[in-house]
Amino acid sequence: MTVFLIIIVIALFGITVWQLKKIYELSRTTSAIDTTQVANDGDNKRQGNYMLAFGIGFYLFMFYCFWEFTDRALPAASSEHGAEFDTLLLVSMAVIMFVQIITQGLLHYFAFKYQGKKGRRALFFADNDKLEFIWTIIPVIVLAGLIIYGLFTWSSIMNIDEEEGNPIVIEIYAKQFSWEARYAGMDNTLGKSNVRFIEGINTVGVDVSDPYALDDKITSELHLPVNRPVIFKFRSQDVLHSAYFPHFRAQMNVVPGMVTQFAFTPTVTTEEIRETEYMRDKLARIKDLRKARSDAGEELADYEEFDYYLLCNKICGVAHYNMQMKIVVETEAEFNAWLGEQTEFGEVIKKQQENNPAGGEQESEDLAQVQN
Amino acid sequence: MSAVGHTTIDNSHDDHGHHHKQTFITKYIFSTDHKMIAKQFLITGLLMGIIGIVMSVLFRMQLAWPGESFWIFEALLGKWAPGGVMSQEVYLALVTIHGTIMVFFVLTAGLSGTFSNLLIPLQIGARDMASGFLNMISYWLFLLSSLIMVGSLFVEAGPASAGWTIYPPLSALPEAIGGSGMGMTLWLISMAIFIAQSLMGSLNYIVTVINLRTKGMSMTRLPLTIWALFVTAIIGVVSFPVLLSAALMLIMDRSFGTSFFLSDIYLKGEVLAHQGGSPVLFEHLFWFLGHPAVYIVILPAMGIVSEIMATNARKPIFGYRAMVASILAIAFLSTIVWGHHMFVSGMNPFLGSVFTFTTLLIAIPSAVKAFNWITTLWKGNIQFNPAMLFSIGFVSTFITGGLTGIILGDSTLDINVHDTYFVIAHFHLVMGISAIYGLLAGVYHWFPRMYGRMMNKNLGYIHFWITSIGAYGVFFPMHFIGMAGLPRRYYTNTSFPYFDDLANVNVIITIFAIITATVQAVFLYNFFSSIFFGKRAPQNPWNSNTLEWTAPVEHLHGNWPGEIPHVYRWSYDYSKTNENGEYVIPGQDFVPQNIPLQKGEEELNH
Repeated sequence: MTVFLIIIVIALFGITVWQLKKIYELSRTTSAIDTTQVANDGDNKRQGNYMLAFGIGFYLFMFYCFWEFTDRALPAASSEHGAEFDTLLLVSMAVIMFVQIITQGLLHYFAFKYQGKKGRRALFFADNDKLEFIWTIIPVIVLAGLIIYGLFTWSSIMNIDEEEGNPIVIEIYAKQFSWEARYAGMDNTLGKSNVRFIEGINTVGVDVSDPYALDDKITSELHLPVNRPVIFKFRSQDVLHSAYFPHFRAQMNVVPGMVTQFAFTPTVTTEEIRETEYMRDKLARIKDLRKARSDAGEELADYEEFDYYLLCNKICGVAHYNMQMKIVVETEAEFNAWLGEQTEFGEVIKKQQENNPAGGEQESEDLAQVQN
Repeated sequence: MSAVGHTTIDNSHDDHGHHHKQTFITKYIFSTDHKMIAKQFLITGLLMGIIGIVMSVLFRMQLAWPGESFWIFEALLGKWAPGGVMSQEVYLALVTIHGTIMVFFVLTAGLSGTFSNLLIPLQIGARDMASGFLNMISYWLFLLSSLIMVGSLFVEAGPASAGWTIYPPLSALPEAIGGSGMGMTLWLISMAIFIAQSLMGSLNYIVTVINLRTKGMSMTRLPLTIWALFVTAIIGVVSFPVLLSAALMLIMDRSFGTSFFLSDIYLKGEVLAHQGGSPVLFEHLFWFLGHPAVYIVILPAMGIVSEIMATNARKPIFGYRAMVASILAIAFLSTIVWGHHMFVSGMNPFLGSVFTFTTLLIAIPSAVKAFNWITTLWKGNIQFNPAMLFSIGFVSTFITGGLTGIILGDSTLDINVHDTYFVIAHFHLVMGISAIYGLLAGVYHWFPRMYGRMMNKNLGYIHFWITSIGAYGVFFPMHFIGMAGLPRRYYTNTSFPYFDDLANVNVIITIFAIITATVQAVFLYNFFSSIFFGKRAPQNPWNSNTLEWTAPVEHLHGNWPGEIPHVYRWSYDYSKTNENGEYVIPGQDFVPQNIPLQKGEEELNH
């Protein structure tokens, strides 16, 4: 009822305003035409000057951003193809900043220089084939260069060689909201898998009956040997995710119903990158910030050392922002030692069957049905 | 052929000098008059824009001060912000609906809907659109879809929250995210209706431009606004139906158990029956519209800016033919670049190469346009009306945002900046801010045409400068947090201590965002108060050449009393001189299109 009354009051108020406006309109001379709201010489001068000031201010602001924020950009790539990526990025950046500086400068300078004045005469300049040809052909050449450079890099990144350099095959398995890694084991071949095999402890849906699967190792941390190519196979259990390895310049979407892949060779171990000047400075900065925040009463977990991480970069649900996995890049020896400690999938299943024989039988019946 | 068509139409409208009496309902509500429909589109678009921008301020506050409590969250979000702290669910919902509203409801319908309706008949010299009735239906469907979209904010489990790109399976499965229940259903219904209105509008615009041009208005004499709006309508007709089919298939997957986009899914302890579909197929279908949509948004802004720049620089637009050619080239290329949104989607890498190639090609016509605008300013006599300021601002943001497209369009470089804040910075500058500048420029420029009154220029200046500084303040630093590898659509960045040193950049961005959003109130005040209390506008306040300024200030159905003006020249004869150095019309630096060639005037071939 009150809502109804309020609506009536608002409606009546609206009508009042409308009527008042009509009275107001009737009461003044409707033929009075007014050009005061069109820019005059004073406006032109002021706004033209502001344009120049804005142009200069914009230069300074760009400069400030580069000066102040560049240290936040990612460190030099920790993967083999990443070095090429970084060069291409640098070249492209240089090209676009060059164009940006020139065009923004001209735009704002012309706006200042040719500000309107009474009596000034604009130049009737409608066409010039030569000029237009020049500024069509220059982008064509520059872009052709960038396209060719980019495409060569792209094909060398995306052409995955399954033979060269003794690559290791790792499956990255995504689900709301965590990652798992599956190592192919001694045979370097991943066992078959499908979400329909998910059962109890078999959380990533590996096919128990596939002999290749028995030596697979499933972990919740990703360890990579340095300087050895890694072929990643990505699989999702539920929705789209994207496996983003920013420090390795690598990313691939993880798509339910298909296996996607990406390969790279890590070149910098976790130990090494921690020792770089970039990372030491960055860590010191972050520690200062966190100390200030915890002094102010916030409860924060310690952040002592940098670790590579894998994060999700495709919206996947409410906890999308916290879907991460630690990555450790280490020497071949350390890697082998770590991998040796992990339990093989076959053993995991065997242990489960010993603990719970009835459940195990049930499981294999189900699986038989799935296979049929 | 067309001459015959024109004569009939002229005859049938000759009696329009006297005005038939209209009631409030026929004049304002069920109006078939294109000028009224344009206003309806504009005001609906502005209202939707307010909602969209307020949403962005809310989630920007969460990003700058994660997990803090604000009374405004509690007031506006209610149960979604218990204790004034924004919940994760509503963060994603806000991001999603902000994107949807801004792209479709503000920049597609609000921009192209408004100015196509207003300008096409007036600038080509037609009494009205080819079908006024279809036009009216188009607006009403737009309003209906807006209402459904806004209504979806109030459903129990929340509005759609799978991102404005609504990639399945997330958008298909309510078990995966609450917003994919009723909220998503309403989203899809709303978009289906939106697509219907867009098609009706576009077909109408195309037919009108082709058939109803006045005598003498050849295609090469059309103002660039009309070229841009015409080509925009063609892109819309080509690509919007594809989104409709994607939406229909998604509806079927959601409600009727089909598996177009779903396969091998295990959720909440159960394997779903869906088998054999592919989310990548949806991505292709979505971006087949989604990318052209970017140009549907930006081309009208380009047309508007070209027109306003020429008028206010008192110079012809430089390289008219090149401008038309680049509009056509952009339109053609826009339909074959969609794959650059999907370089890392898992599609064949060879396709990535092809799409890199086409994508970088599109930079060429864009560059030509930018250079031509800059040259249009050169040796001009620039009148800094607010519309002109926004046009110059448009060129600036279009260049800044467009250049980073060269990085994103390169499949190699996209690997590492894909879906980071670098992308957000890029597309907000190049299509968000630029298109809004185009919209605002258009409103300032054609306000006198729409309402017969002037907007206040000083408020316009304040509005422009604060917006311009604020927009760069928001989106320029954003490139840098993107380069730091910060993903988009994160509720908070505190889960990765590595990102801690980006927090202060986020605070800077949010402060600029709040300032920029607040100053839009100046514009809204200026707009609405000028409708009623603005100074009376002269017939042709900006001394413009195009036909709409020859129509009387008072609106009448049919646009011109008596005969429709004939056209004798292109629309850019600003500061044209005869050989003796005198203006063609002595003492006047412009020659409207309806003025016949003067004695001794040389006709130029453009």
